[in-house]
Amino acid sequence: MTLRNPPIAEALPPVFEERTPRTGLAALILGNLSTSIGLFVLFLLLLIAIFAPWLGTVDPLAIDPTLRTRPPSADHFFGTDKLGRDLWSRVLFGTRVSLIVGFAVAVAATLLGVLLGMVSGYVRVLDGLLMRAMDAVMSIPSILLAIALVALTRPSVLNVIIAITVAEIPRVARLVRSVVLSLRDLPYVEAGVVSGSSSAKILRRHILPNAIAPIIVQATYICASAMIIEATLSFIGAGTPASIPSWGNIMAEGKALWQVKPMIVLIPAAFLSVTVLAVNMVGDGLRDALDSRLVKDV
Amino acid sequence: MTPLLSVRGLSKEYEVGRSLFGKTTKTVKAVQDVSFDIAKGETLSLVGESGCGKSTVGRAIAGLHAATVGEVLLDGRSIADTPSAGWHSRVQVVFQDPFSSLNPRMRVRDIIAEPLTNFGSTRAKTEARVKELIDLVRLPRDAGDRFPHEFSGGQRQRIGIARALAPKPELVICDEAVSALDVSVKAQIVNLLADLRAELGLALLFISHDLAIVDHITDRVAVMYLGRIVEIGTRDDLFGAPVHPYTRALLSAVPVVDPGQRRDRIVLQGELPSPLSPPSGCAFRTRCPLAEPGCAGNVPALTDVGPGRQVACPVVTRTTADVN
Repeated sequence: MTLRNPPIAEALPPVFEERTPRTGLAALILGNLSTSIGLFVLFLLLLIAIFAPWLGTVDPLAIDPTLRTRPPSADHFFGTDKLGRDLWSRVLFGTRVSLIVGFAVAVAATLLGVLLGMVSGYVRVLDGLLMRAMDAVMSIPSILLAIALVALTRPSVLNVIIAITVAEIPRVARLVRSVVLSLRDLPYVEAGVVSGSSSAKILRRHILPNAIAPIIVQATYICASAMIIEATLSFIGAGTPASIPSWGNIMAEGKALWQVKPMIVLIPAAFLSVTVLAVNMVGDGLRDALDSRLVKDV
Repeated sequence: MTPLLSVRGLSKEYEVGRSLFGKTTKTVKAVQDVSFDIAKGETLSLVGESGCGKSTVGRAIAGLHAATVGEVLLDGRSIADTPSAGWHSRVQVVFQDPFSSLNPRMRVRDIIAEPLTNFGSTRAKTEARVKELIDLVRLPRDAGDRFPHEFSGGQRQRIGIARALAPKPELVICDEAVSALDVSVKAQIVNLLADLRAELGLALLFISHDLAIVDHITDRVAVMYLGRIVEIGTRDDLFGAPVHPYTRALLSAVPVVDPGQRRDRIVLQGELPSPLSPPSGCAFRTRCPLAEPGCAGNVPALTDVGPGRQVACPVVTRTTADVN
């Protein structure tokens, strides 16, 4: 009947060598070629944005009627536009707007979306209401919604950020809600309930840390999407005001001369493409790194 | 003397299938009219096939979902009137799956400390208690600094047991706590539970489908079939002389080590009926070797057939009465 084993503390060696997830994660991200290239390009763009005044630029708004639509030269690396403004200076200063809008929208939309998504996924009585509200926002194409919101106010970078954030929140909220729904019935979440943790504590300690991987990936896609929407809004004159150079409004002002001076449109377009590509490469790399890590954990 | 835990007429219904406007179209009666007591320091096992509702009973007692009907009382006080801290500092759970029941992003120390901090322990006290618990469940001393993925299944289950014991509970619900483990590890964990029970005076609600393990650890056994208790009694009475035809079939299915021993297996015909549309009357009658036309009538009530022994089968209780 009795089949007692001796105390077995010493008979149980650790099954894996010591390893903390954090260093493993950093190694995985940096070991990924796509993420490394993307991060490198974004780092260069960040340097350009910060040091734009010292990179051989002049005032990007200075008009010189005697030097209109000049080809590239030693004075004007990218030439000048139809008002004689230096294109090199305008494109470099335009980097600031794109990066600020991209990162600000990614952070704001992610924070608000995570909040709404967690409440929606965990507090079931609010789920229907919140998700129908998100559906309503999503049913309007995000560019149209942003145009409408900017049109209601005055064009400014802050208003552009707010408008794009509102349009992007539902995407985060729905993603987070679905992740919360899949995590909320896991035994370790139930163990948290039995351990007496409040709903807020369960969301913070048990659900959010395990939902963070898809949220980070989604944030990078939103960053890329926000940069494109900002450029689109500026291109059609509903975004960044003309007093601040942005890639979108540089292209808008260049489009009249498209047939004779395509460079004025193509250069900012190339910058925008490379930036968005870099952000997406970071996102793809992160997705792969975090996925394989999840597989390893199981 | 009031028992430690009383379950009175517990029923749990789940709503399945909703029409367009949120009206419930079907309900599954997962547990119906279940009552039992557990005394201080006593072990009661709930046994039965998958889907018979034994885990649902455990979850209702653990406060993971509310009962549709009925009461769960601890020292006469209902779970409905007790705040979470008051209930869960006395009733804890060891979960089935040692892999998904530990948060992969928390250190073992924080996992074990979670109930302690929630129930108002100071930092210094918590730290001392966590050390004590790691020794108590015989984990290596440095376990606290590590993450769950660094441990084997059996070691993880020890972490789960340490977490459950942290607030010094009086009742621990072991919901298939050893089912996911290898046979050798299973024996270690069952013996650990048995030792801890004796050492700490714990009452256990041991939910399992493994009758050999139940035989090893339990004082009393309750057999469930399709959401109801069909037989309840002490281990020796119930395993020695099963009365209900379902209990007999269940016990005859336990593997026997001795190959020379003759076994009279009772092989049940048919499948477990769907809990969405259970048979009328006795739910077991569709597979019962003793079924009579009368079994389709009323749901049989649990009847006393001895001290602390109850059976829900009018056919066998009548024949036993005839024999006596």
